[in-house]
Amino acid sequence: MELRRDVFQAIADPTRRAIIVLVALHAMTPSAIAENFDSSRQTISKHIQILAECELLEQTQNGREIYYHLNPKKMKEIADFIEPFRKLWDERFNKLESVMKKFKPKK
Amino acid sequence: MGLKTIVSAEAGKQELVITREFDLPLELLFKAYEEPEIVEQWMGTKVLKLENRKHGSWQFETSDSKGNVVLRTNGTIHEFVPNQKITRTFEMENTPYEVHLEFLDFEKLTDDTSKLTMHIVYRSVAMRDEMLKLPFAQGINMAHNKLQEVAGKLR
Repeated sequence: MELRRDVFQAIADPTRRAIIVLVALHAMTPSAIAENFDSSRQTISKHIQILAECELLEQTQNGREIYYHLNPKKMKEIADFIEPFRKLWDERFNKLESVMKKFKPKK
Repeated sequence: MGLKTIVSAEAGKQELVITREFDLPLELLFKAYEEPEIVEQWMGTKVLKLENRKHGSWQFETSDSKGNVVLRTNGTIHEFVPNQKITRTFEMENTPYEVHLEFLDFEKLTDDTSKLTMHIVYRSVAMRDEMLKLPFAQGINMAHNKLQEVAGKLR
């Protein structure tokens, strides 16, 4: 069985969120990313790996160096995940509004 | 026009905030939460119990179009301040989802408009994310069922 990592799981970690913020500005090598943290290189590279598995980070090869950059499409997907939840409440509240508008004249 | 209903769910937090501005006076907005018959109309559920007082409890029941009960929800009311605030717990019976806490703040904007802020606190980040994903998952399920229905007719 293939174990799929969950994007929500990926962004739930504060270090991984910090990495996303860093690479959102410009593409970075793993060692440049690691320099921003107190954690070990191995720890940071594990975080990078998880983000890459979820396709939140994409890599490009530039000579011998690997650069990571943010995948905006995947970030939008996270927003799209929440949209049905928002829509559910929006529809519920629209109903509330229309019910109460009809209630008005009876008062 | 911007979105009327806004959901803010910060990554890594076990809470979320839903805000909505209503084209209704504050009193009417609050009444929609207070009167069982009105709650039934807009929530599309049957109100089995709604005791609007401190330490009161509530229980709602949702049925499908055939009348089968699909979901029962319940909770306890901790605060009930008319036109201001309702604090309550929310639990879905017979589901793996654990109870969560809801703070509902009602605000007057103008004589004819009002605002509701729902602050929901879950037991864990994972639990919150599960709840957020629920309508998404149901949407996929529904689309899948619809597809099966259509496919079934084609046979």
